[in-house]
Amino acid sequence: MDFLQQVFSGIALGCIYALIALGFVLIYKATETVNFAQGELMMLGAFAGLALVKFAGLPFWIAVLVALVGITAFGALVERLVIRPVLGQPQFTVVMLTIGLGYVVRGLITMVPVIGSETSAFDPPYKGMVWKVGGLILSYEQGTVIAVTIVLCCAFYMLFKHTKVGIGMQAASQNQLAAHYMGIPVKRLNGLVWGLSAGAAGLAGLLLAPFTFVHVNMGYIGLKAFPAAVIGGFGSLPGAVVGGLAIGVVESLSGYYLPEGFKDVAAYVLVLAMLMVKPNGLFGTATRKKV
Amino acid sequence: MRFLLKTDYVQDIALARQPGQRIWYGLLAVALAALPLWAGAYWISQVTLVLIYAVAGLGLMLLAGYTGLASIGHAAFLGVGAYTQAYLVGKGWPFPLALLGAGGLSAAIGVLVGLPALRVKGIYLAIATLAFGFIAEEVFARWESVTGGNGGLQVKAPAIGDWQLRSSESLYYLSLVLCVLVTLCVLNLLRGSTGRAFIAMRDSEVSAQSMGIHLARYKTLAFSLSAGIVGLAGALYAHKLRFVSPEQFGISQSIDLLLLVVVGGLGSVHGAFLGAIFLITMPQLISLAKDYLPAAIAQATGLQAVVFGAVLMGFVMFEPQGLYGRWVKVRTYFEMFPAYRKGLFRRQKSFQKSERLK
Repeated sequence: MDFLQQVFSGIALGCIYALIALGFVLIYKATETVNFAQGELMMLGAFAGLALVKFAGLPFWIAVLVALVGITAFGALVERLVIRPVLGQPQFTVVMLTIGLGYVVRGLITMVPVIGSETSAFDPPYKGMVWKVGGLILSYEQGTVIAVTIVLCCAFYMLFKHTKVGIGMQAASQNQLAAHYMGIPVKRLNGLVWGLSAGAAGLAGLLLAPFTFVHVNMGYIGLKAFPAAVIGGFGSLPGAVVGGLAIGVVESLSGYYLPEGFKDVAAYVLVLAMLMVKPNGLFGTATRKKV
Repeated sequence: MRFLLKTDYVQDIALARQPGQRIWYGLLAVALAALPLWAGAYWISQVTLVLIYAVAGLGLMLLAGYTGLASIGHAAFLGVGAYTQAYLVGKGWPFPLALLGAGGLSAAIGVLVGLPALRVKGIYLAIATLAFGFIAEEVFARWESVTGGNGGLQVKAPAIGDWQLRSSESLYYLSLVLCVLVTLCVLNLLRGSTGRAFIAMRDSEVSAQSMGIHLARYKTLAFSLSAGIVGLAGALYAHKLRFVSPEQFGISQSIDLLLLVVVGGLGSVHGAFLGAIFLITMPQLISLAKDYLPAAIAQATGLQAVVFGAVLMGFVMFEPQGLYGRWVKVRTYFEMFPAYRKGLFRRQKSFQKSERLK
């Protein structure tokens, strides 16, 4: 029973990783850049929700919606102002750029009065309620995380399979130049992708807030989503979800069964092992560059 | 306008490309050698830190700037060097041997980490090094019998037999000598065939491979050399701070090192030094500027992060060649005056240089 309970809370945690990793993979597929500020976008989402409830006095659900819209717009804005000017530069450039962006965002948040440098609780109305299924205890927060992740994955699946925009994104991710020649507005789609992935990150932040509270360093959890994305194969959306769940479960189990300290590095050990055994991840494809 | 008249092939690989450089570097050497005579204790301490960070920067520069491999966990190697040094010196080893041990162990771990990661490209290496960085930090914190755990470890003064280097001046000279040696080694490496293989890999792996460069071997070599040099810097760092603890070698230190090479100028040895100067002076400048800022901003803990982040973004977007690149542009302008063309240093866009395949 303990085992199942641990697996279950691992899945809930893994869903958070999966949501952040989805953002990485979306951006990577679309623009071949890696966004190291994804964790900070997540933190920003949580802070936006908190600020709206605390300062503007909005009810919880409206605050969540407004925060999500805001963070999506912010993602698109970042793409327009920061990423687009360096498009076409080596990958490393964008990595450094997003690391810088993460620093700036984190620093600016500490300057926000009252909540900036505090650890605050951001409790949803369903805080503390639990389901009891057999001997398993399942909190509403965990249930929400899992449900939201499933819904979001279905939404992304529909978007990429059945809408014109999604198919355009797929085309652009396969070959930007060719997509551009076919009349697909690649730049605008990139903006949209950044918006979507920031939105997913913001959602992850709002979902994570009841577990870890809202504080300026919560974005560091984003660094654990990298292993998730790598394990799934960096360019695969289902891979990101599977990778996230795998990391979550492994972390939860190693926290329970292994000595202290293993929980924090489980994700990283797993990713190093993965790179040794199957460098392209579970769902990635091995490719060679043609000249 | 200035012309460099080359009459000999040796001139192409000479360390001093222009005759004036000998004089300037000679003057710099004299000034640095005489520093304790004319500068106070504060400045000696700061310059020592600059020298140590310059060595670490050279290590990362070799990897990120010359071989084109990004590492987001290099502070771990700094930590390996620092802890090895602290442990061996604590056991009573003479200083030079401990230094060799620190550099050697760091390089060996570099090989271990590099081997699996180097089979894959680009971003995977960055993530593998990131993962390694976190694991190393955890090991520093948990392996208490060697590292002292979270409580940290005191570092004895460097000593050979009974001769101890306790004063800050002696540590300064130690850093200076090591820094000069490492710089000369790196310069020498870069003008030889190994260094040119590194640069060829950076510019295009496919063409480097078709010219007969064994990618995996040279990448591993670059990675372990880089780790070794950073390990040496870590050894000095341990002596400078006289105390090592795990949080000194976390992700923010790694990012500081990356900041150093990017701001200094990727792909230039000068850049490592300019970046080190930047990294050491910037916090001081920020604390000076605090007096003129409104209290809400000046008191915020994240002020330094904002400035560092903004500077990093600014350099990446507007001056990707870093401080050294800016200097080269200014110099070229005057050297070519009045024939300087505006587009001389324009960056090429590389939409088609995809890492993914068609």
